[in-house]
Amino acid sequence: MIEVKDLHKSYGRQGKVNALNSISFTVDDGEIFGVIGPDGAGKSSLFRILASLILPDSGSAIMNGHDVVKDYRKIRQIIGYMPGRFSLYQDLSVEENLVFFATLFNTTVEENYHLIKDIYQQIEPFKKRRAGALSGGMKQKLALSCALIHKPEILILDEPTTGVDPVSRKEFWDMLGRLKEQGITILVSTAYMDEASRCDRIALIREGEFIGSDTPQGIIDDYPEILWAVEGTGMSALLGELRAHDKVKSSFAFGDKIHITVEKSLQTEELKRYLANKKFNDVRIAPIAPTVEDCFMALTS
Amino acid sequence: MKTLKFLIEKEFKQMFRNPLIPRLIVLFPTMVLLVFPWAVSFEIKNIRVDVVDHSKSVYSKRLTDKIAASQYFILHDTPPDYNAAMLNMENDETDMIVEIPASFDVDLVKRRESGVGVAVNSVNGTQGLLGSNYVMQIVNDFSSELRGELTQTLPPQTRVSFMRLKKMNIVPQYKYNPALDYKKFMIPGFMVLLLTILCGILPALNIVMEKENGTINQINVTPISKMNFILAKLIPYWAVGLVVMIISITLSFLIYGLWPGGGVVAVLISSIVFILSVSGLGIIISNYSETMQQASFLVMFFILILVLLGGMFTPVSSMPAWAQAIAAINPFNYLTTAFRMLYLNGSSLADVSGNLLALGAIAVVLNGWAVFSYKKRG
Repeated sequence: MIEVKDLHKSYGRQGKVNALNSISFTVDDGEIFGVIGPDGAGKSSLFRILASLILPDSGSAIMNGHDVVKDYRKIRQIIGYMPGRFSLYQDLSVEENLVFFATLFNTTVEENYHLIKDIYQQIEPFKKRRAGALSGGMKQKLALSCALIHKPEILILDEPTTGVDPVSRKEFWDMLGRLKEQGITILVSTAYMDEASRCDRIALIREGEFIGSDTPQGIIDDYPEILWAVEGTGMSALLGELRAHDKVKSSFAFGDKIHITVEKSLQTEELKRYLANKKFNDVRIAPIAPTVEDCFMALTS
Repeated sequence: MKTLKFLIEKEFKQMFRNPLIPRLIVLFPTMVLLVFPWAVSFEIKNIRVDVVDHSKSVYSKRLTDKIAASQYFILHDTPPDYNAAMLNMENDETDMIVEIPASFDVDLVKRRESGVGVAVNSVNGTQGLLGSNYVMQIVNDFSSELRGELTQTLPPQTRVSFMRLKKMNIVPQYKYNPALDYKKFMIPGFMVLLLTILCGILPALNIVMEKENGTINQINVTPISKMNFILAKLIPYWAVGLVVMIISITLSFLIYGLWPGGGVVAVLISSIVFILSVSGLGIIISNYSETMQQASFLVMFFILILVLLGGMFTPVSSMPAWAQAIAAINPFNYLTTAFRMLYLNGSSLADVSGNLLALGAIAVVLNGWAVFSYKKRG
C-alpha cells in the first residue's frame, strides 16, 4: 500500500522550477499503478522521492507503513527501483551484476530465483557477457532482474520501456502482469499512452500535477466529448481546414488519422461537404471510442 | 564487514577490467622514477659560450681552455669583438659571452689582479644566474692557480713576505647530499606526487564516474551504508599506493642508490598518514562534482596548488608570506619535507613526528569536511 499525500518538490534557486505540485494518490497492494505523462511532467522526480533518493519539499509518502524520509533504510529493503537510465555496471557481466545486487541485499540469487526465472532465463545464455554489450531489451530484463532479486514488496519502474522495441515492450508488460500475480505492488511510469490499458489504475500527470486518476476504463468513460477520426490525403492541409471549421473544437494528428472533437449539432455529412468544397474528396469520417491519449489531450487542452 | 569485502572485490574486478588503469599503475611510477628525475633538474649544463679574447696571451688562452673543458660549458665560438658575440647571442647561437680584456696578462703579472666581462642571456633566469656563477668559479680557480705560479716570479724577499700572507680558502661541505645530486632531492618529491595521484585523485574520479553513469542511484537504493561504499572505493587505491611505494623505494635504491636513512618503515608510516589526508581531499572533490569534466578540472586545480605551493620544486621558505600560509595547510608540503628528511638527512620517525601530526590534523579536517559535504539525498 502506497499513500502519497500533498507532495511538493521544486528545483533551482528559490524553487523556481516546480517539479511536483500537491501530488496525492494511493496504490493498493498487488496493484499495477501507472503514472502517465509526457517528458518533463515530473514522473522521475516523483519516483525518485518514493525510492528515497531525493527529499520532498513538503508532503508525505508512506510505503507499506514506512515513511520515505524517516524510515529510508527500511524503504530501501522493501523496494526494487529501476531508474529510467540503465544504471548497472557495464563492465561487470550479467551474472556478476545479479550476484552483486543480491549480495548487497544479504541474499543469494538461488534464494529468489523463482521470482526472476521467467525474465532471467531469456538472458541467461549471455550471462558471461558484459552488461554494457547487451541490447536495449536485454538490458531492461537484466535491470528488472536486479531490481527483483531481493524480493521487494514494491517495485518502482521509471519509464522501463522507453527506447525498447514494440515486441520487447509487450513482453515486458506481460512480465509485470506475472509479477503482480506474485503479490508485488508495481508503480510504473511511461510516456506511451498505449501502455495505460495494461495498468490496473492510472494517473495522468502534467507539469507536476495529476490531472486525472482512475482505472483506464474509468478515465475513458469520463471522456466528455464527441470524437471522430478523419482520414484522407494531405494531412497537414486537412488539419488546417478542420481547425478553421467553427464546430470543430479540437483536432490532433494521431498517426495516419486526425482525431477531432466536435459540437453536438455537427453531422458527419455536413463536415464531409465542407471538406469537399475545399477539394478534399476522398475523406472518410467516423465516430470512434476515445483512447487514453484522447483523454489526456482533452484534459490538457 | 562481509558487504565491504564484497564491494572491494567488485572494485578490484573493475580496476583490472579497465583497459587503462592497471597499465597506468605500472607505467606511471616507472615514468616518474626512471625518466623524470633526469629531465626535471635545476642543474644547468651545456651552456653555449662565446669567448671574446682581446688579450690573445698565454694566460687568456689557458682561461679559455679551462672554460671549454668544464662540463657546464660548450665553447661555441671565439669571435673577434663583443658586437660579433652579441650578434651570436641575438641569433640564439650562444647563451653567454666572456670578454677577456687586452691588458689581461699584463694586469695579472704586474698588478696581480685582472677582470673579465661576463654577459649572460637571462631569459631563463636560473640559467643566467647559475651560468655566471659557474664562470666566476672557474675564474677564481684560475686565479688561485696562477697565484701559485706567479709567486715564483717575485724577487726572493717579497716572495717570502707574500708567502707569509694568509691564504684564504673557502671549502664548502655539501651536507646530506655531498655530490649535489639534484635527483636525490627530487625523487622523494616524486614519490609524494605518485601517492597524491594514486590515493587522492583516482578514487575521486572513480566515485564521480559512478555518479555520471547513474550506477550510484542503484547503489543508493540498497541498504549498504555510504561509509562502506566510500571505504570500498578508497581501500583498493590505498593498497595500490602502498605497493607502488614499496616498488618506488626498491627502484630508487637499485637505480639511484637512494635508501632512506630513517628506515623503510618510517617512510611507509608517513605515507599512510598522508594517504588518509589526500583521500579526504579526493572525496571532497567527488562530492562537489557531478561530471568527470568538473572533477578533472578541480583535480588539475588542486594538483597545481599542491605541487607548486608544496615545496617540491622551490623551497617554501623563499615564498611570499601568503604562499607560505597556503603551504602550512598543504599536505603535500609536509610529506615532501618528511620524505626528504628521512631520505637525505637520515632523520628518524621521531624527527618527522611534527610533520606527521600536521598531516594527521589535515586528515581530520579534510575528512570531516568530506563527511559534512556529502549529501546523502538532494
